[in-house]
Amino acid sequence: MSKLCSLKEAISNYVHDGDTVYCAGFTHLIPFAAGHEIIRQGRRDLTLARATPDLIYDQMVAAGCAKKLIFSYIGNPGVGSLRIVREQLESGQLAWEEYSHFGMIARLQAGAAGLPFASMNQTAAPDLEKNNPNYRRVKDPYTGREVVTLPPLTPDVGIIHVQRADAKGNAHIWGIIGEQKEVAFASKNVIITAEEIVDEDIIRSDPNRTLIPELIVKAVCLVPHCSHPSYTQGYSDRDNSFYLNWDKISEDPAAVKAWLDEWVYGVKDAEEYWQKLGAETHKRLAVKPKFAAPVNYGDY
Amino acid sequence: MDQPTSPQYTASELMCVNAARLLRDGDVVFVGVGLPNLACNLARRTHAPNLQMIYEAGVIGARPSKLPLSIGDPTLVSGASSVCGMYDIFTLYLQRGNVDVGFLGGAQIDRFGNINATVIGDYAHPKVRLPGSGGSQEMGGWANRNYIITPHQKRRFPEKVDYITSAGFLGGRKQREATGVRGGGPLVVVTNLGLLEPDENGELMLTALHPGCTVEQVKDNTGWDIKIASTVKETLPLKSSELTLLREELDPEGIYLKGS
Repeated sequence: MSKLCSLKEAISNYVHDGDTVYCAGFTHLIPFAAGHEIIRQGRRDLTLARATPDLIYDQMVAAGCAKKLIFSYIGNPGVGSLRIVREQLESGQLAWEEYSHFGMIARLQAGAAGLPFASMNQTAAPDLEKNNPNYRRVKDPYTGREVVTLPPLTPDVGIIHVQRADAKGNAHIWGIIGEQKEVAFASKNVIITAEEIVDEDIIRSDPNRTLIPELIVKAVCLVPHCSHPSYTQGYSDRDNSFYLNWDKISEDPAAVKAWLDEWVYGVKDAEEYWQKLGAETHKRLAVKPKFAAPVNYGDY
Repeated sequence: MDQPTSPQYTASELMCVNAARLLRDGDVVFVGVGLPNLACNLARRTHAPNLQMIYEAGVIGARPSKLPLSIGDPTLVSGASSVCGMYDIFTLYLQRGNVDVGFLGGAQIDRFGNINATVIGDYAHPKVRLPGSGGSQEMGGWANRNYIITPHQKRRFPEKVDYITSAGFLGGRKQREATGVRGGGPLVVVTNLGLLEPDENGELMLTALHPGCTVEQVKDNTGWDIKIASTVKETLPLKSSELTLLREELDPEGIYLKGS
């Protein structure tokens, strides 16, 4: 059964006020267009979970979508501070729950695997455990040593951008695959956004590349360039200058508002946003192809 | 070509080159954002061509053709030997003992090499909220050797950090050992004045100065009465080839190397 729909429909059907939302992607494949659609649809009181909130959550927090953040590193990667998030944490406007990257991914892994909790070795650093009551300790029944535990993370909605998917939601991803698989299996509802919708035969020609299977996917949306200013391996480069510019824009609330008005509220969808970026940006972010050697599955 | 240069370099360049020199050929390094990223890429292009760079995004054996701005850039993936998910990178690679070196940095480093990258002031009511752990909490516990890069300023070197994001030697080497972590903790802190190394109790001690820097500068810029090794070495001057690589190839826009 085809699950194809517009991104607008998918957000409208599956993202509700008060939900816990995980927009997946460690630097790579961050579904910015989905974040922008959530902003346009005026969602409120969301709990936004991401290992690295990145600019997508800085923008969603600025637009007033969030009541709480779950994270493990709040920075503008390689640039500096995530200014809006930081300001709201310092002023107490935004609630938060903090982990290390491993704590975050271990929670997702437990959620994805249907396990009662994540178990982890001690790190000797005491303060995250002291300040977040989700960190607990149990005795390892085999050795008697203390083991650090965390509860599973099971978001209401997981949004995952992929290079290509079929209409049922079988998705091929390559490049950095940070936490996409875990988010997909941990989430109650999964929205796939794809650079390309391809025939099922293409997916079946390379089944090892299918990170996400149709059976856990609710909606499939064709959204080329969804990841700008993040990137999609083989399709577009990371817009590093945007990340640097955001550092300046986000210093000034008026500039942030103007940016949201122009680039989110002022466009109707991801396609209009991409066209508005203009030919020069398109050219700057274009990538020369570099193909992998084909693999032989054999004709059995 | 490889003549020592006059001291026409920034503090960041000085720290970066000295950090790169700590890496051994064949080391498996867990690379972090910023200066560690530059230091590792410099080492691989100079004395450590067999350096295996691992990025927490899940990239193993990266061969970036240009300096990645973030630690998740596409240039890390093209030509890498393997890519895996974050769960795998922290378990199969780091936790399992397959990582020799982890680079750490933070807003505060204390007397026992504990690092704060999380908060200045009270955790629940932060005066300054910093990025937080990322991969560094686990790196501090599990990487076999940790190196720290940080400018030498009094506010960055308090006697005790406000918050321990990644563990140095806690209150002394025995306390760290009691937690059962495998990693050896911080072995060297590289600053713009010199190198600090832990003594037998895990307390940081000045062991080397960069050319032109003095013990007094180190004392004036450290928040406790820092121990001075009986013999303080001098680090080798920066080579022009190292600076050229940094400036012209690795960070041509000076994103990390300009300033201070």
